[in-house]
Amino acid sequence: MKPENEAALAEMVQAADGPLRIEGGGTRDIGGLVEGDILSTAGLSGVTLYEPGALTLVAQAGTPLAEIEAVLAAEQQRLAFEPMDHRTLLGTSGTPTIGGVVAANVSGPRRIQVGACRDSLLGVRFVDGAGRILKNGGRVMKNVTGYDLVKLMAGSWGTLGVLSEVSLKVQAIPEAQATLLGQGLNIETAVQAMSAALGSPYDLTGAAFKSAGGEAMVRVEGLTESVAYRVQRMQSEMCKGWRVVEGSDSAALWQDVRDVVPFAGREGAVWRLSVKPSDAPALPEDLGHPDAICDWGGGLVWVLADHAKDVRQVMTKRGGHATLVRANTSARSTVPVFHPDPAPIAAITKGLRAKFDPRGILNPGLMG
Amino acid sequence: MEMPVPDQSIIARKARIVARLRSVLPFAAVIEDEAETRAYECDALTAYRCPPLVAVLPSTTQEVSEVLKICHEEGVPVVPRGAGTSLAGGALPTADSVILGVARMNDVLETDYDNRFIRVQTGRTNLSVSGAVEEEDFFYAPDPSSQLACAIAGNIAMNSGGAHCLKYGVTTNNLMGVTMVMMDGEIVEVGGAHLDSGGLDLLGLICGSEGQLGVVTEATLRILRKPEGARPVLMGFDNNEVAGQCVSDIIKSGILPVAIEFMDRPCIRATEAFAGAGYPDCEALLIVEVEGSEKEIAAQLERIIAIAKTHNPVELRESASAEESAKIWLGRKSAFGAMGQINDYMCLDGTIPVSQLPFVLRRIGEMSKDYGLDVGNVFHAGDGNMHPLILFDANKPGDLELCEAFGADILKLCVEVGGCLTGEHGVGIEKRDLMSDQYAPDDLDIQMAIKDVFDPKWLLNPAKVFPLAASDTRRIAAE
Repeated sequence: MKPENEAALAEMVQAADGPLRIEGGGTRDIGGLVEGDILSTAGLSGVTLYEPGALTLVAQAGTPLAEIEAVLAAEQQRLAFEPMDHRTLLGTSGTPTIGGVVAANVSGPRRIQVGACRDSLLGVRFVDGAGRILKNGGRVMKNVTGYDLVKLMAGSWGTLGVLSEVSLKVQAIPEAQATLLGQGLNIETAVQAMSAALGSPYDLTGAAFKSAGGEAMVRVEGLTESVAYRVQRMQSEMCKGWRVVEGSDSAALWQDVRDVVPFAGREGAVWRLSVKPSDAPALPEDLGHPDAICDWGGGLVWVLADHAKDVRQVMTKRGGHATLVRANTSARSTVPVFHPDPAPIAAITKGLRAKFDPRGILNPGLMG
Repeated sequence: MEMPVPDQSIIARKARIVARLRSVLPFAAVIEDEAETRAYECDALTAYRCPPLVAVLPSTTQEVSEVLKICHEEGVPVVPRGAGTSLAGGALPTADSVILGVARMNDVLETDYDNRFIRVQTGRTNLSVSGAVEEEDFFYAPDPSSQLACAIAGNIAMNSGGAHCLKYGVTTNNLMGVTMVMMDGEIVEVGGAHLDSGGLDLLGLICGSEGQLGVVTEATLRILRKPEGARPVLMGFDNNEVAGQCVSDIIKSGILPVAIEFMDRPCIRATEAFAGAGYPDCEALLIVEVEGSEKEIAAQLERIIAIAKTHNPVELRESASAEESAKIWLGRKSAFGAMGQINDYMCLDGTIPVSQLPFVLRRIGEMSKDYGLDVGNVFHAGDGNMHPLILFDANKPGDLELCEAFGADILKLCVEVGGCLTGEHGVGIEKRDLMSDQYAPDDLDIQMAIKDVFDPKWLLNPAKVFPLAASDTRRIAAE
């Protein structure tokens, strides 16, 4: 099924007599194996409104991400939250869509400064499981009119409704960027340095560490004068001896982290752990020192683990959550992809699902 | 403003309810004397008042849980209250309700600079959260105008903003986790010191739900290192359109000021008479503030001033000292007081796309003439969050109603041009009946269905947010 407009989408959902597997570009196929008719949003395509002077963009859910990025780049703007492209890591092909980005709440390294995809999301239109066309939020920066379903829809992976249109806050591309690169660090010293940098007034837009090579990096963006000043300050404070990488070379470093490129094509399960940054150093040790990539100053840890390893178990003594992003078929059918919620939260979640999708037809079994 | 008819059977059970509440709280934490409950009869929307049946002031999450359990069993509506600074009537009680005030819960529970968060009890005031981390040069970013008095509990309920959210976001962008007590007394933890949700983003849903889904007793908040410095520039223009265009050009240029504030002529004049900040007498005034080191501030202001000059400003005043900065901000910060000096006022906070500013300001001016009520505009221009202040005389019969009708027309206009009813104050009772102008019946129904999940008996702050006619069946069915 591939509706060409929102009304047709609503009709198809209404008429559905079995489970639906909701798909944007099909590039973020991380979940459990959802059995059902494929409902693609790719036919709902196009930027419907773009006001560079108001930093807002509205697009239909199936609009290719590349198209949106091109439209924005023509005005020297971009999506602030730097969404990851999952194709490299997952070996998927296809065209990532903006609806997929929102449904998966995909954010990259800049999340530490500008927030996640959900923080840039101003409004949504969607079709719920009963086939009703619903809207929430709008296209203005501040909006507290009624409950915030915008946040709820971000990261709900199509289980509460099928997105038809999203409205986003965008960002001007800064004039300059620079990365400071430190080598030969271990995860403790790296997280310490990143915490110090993130706790400084220098307004970082990235802080990452790769265990292979012991490479730590921090990024600043802004006016040329400002970037130069901050780099120089950090080199004399918490990043002594780190080397400066600028411009497109700097950008390439962060794309590598964003897309978890070092794990692409390598054997093993890929886990994404969201933790308190100071908890990050203990994780590799608990897991027998697998290859790890820390983003968000240690708050996001990517782990390449043995397929049989129960990575989630080491999380229990800490807060946070673990998502199984890449797994072999046997793990995908037995290990929950998303972190199981404690009972009272699971009950609320179940209650919400029953309201949004009374027949349980939207991506059933994908989340919780 | 219509409120549901109080349930006489609850009022008749007052003695029993009070006794049960006293069985779980210290004696003085249960306020039942009519002279004392009067202190809770309204919030900052003072036009509407009604003393509650009882007010309780618990000190711990456990006590909140016990209170809610009892109210749940007794079927008594509960109105959560932070500091009572809501401009939307979010904490307005009904005669059959229990006010649950969190004012005594103001402890700092944990401060963690390495991971950049603070965990507090939610009765703590907004400004004192920043105060608690000031010694390490950190701060909590959302800065509602009432930050000296308002509580984090209310900030979370209303998803409060402030002047500096252009750069730092509003409450929801700075809230990492909550401890919340459900209406049946169950205590739940949502989020924490990590980022993002592992499942559905319930934290995002809870923030801004106006105390209708649960009572948030503890919060984990993101704290940030203070910038090295900040400095404003003041610009005057001879028409609103040009000022609006200047805002747009600054935003587009790639410089991200922390605040862009806008005042129109009526507001400038009132403020000048009141505070004497030395503002120019012009149609529109902008205050643009940037942050960073001295060098960075200079670089940003240089670019901003260059942009402003292309719009022929009648005044351009760059602050050269802390004293001058304070003077530039003085007028803006006294704007509400200045307008209040002239008359009673109603403050709205509809938000519009920035591109619609000139049109909306013009229409408000025309409507002001039609209604015969003066209005001044002072607002956060960078994000389109307007604050029209409508002047009226509360002692003049019919003036309040006229003012409300004018206000409703302005908010409908905001919705028509692609904006919304409220950018940071919340719906409360004030904008409750306008919700149908922004949302279709199904859009409201799905929101109310969410409340059904969290609070099936519709006991938490029940007569707010949704038009009474829309929530009627649910509230009555739940009784």
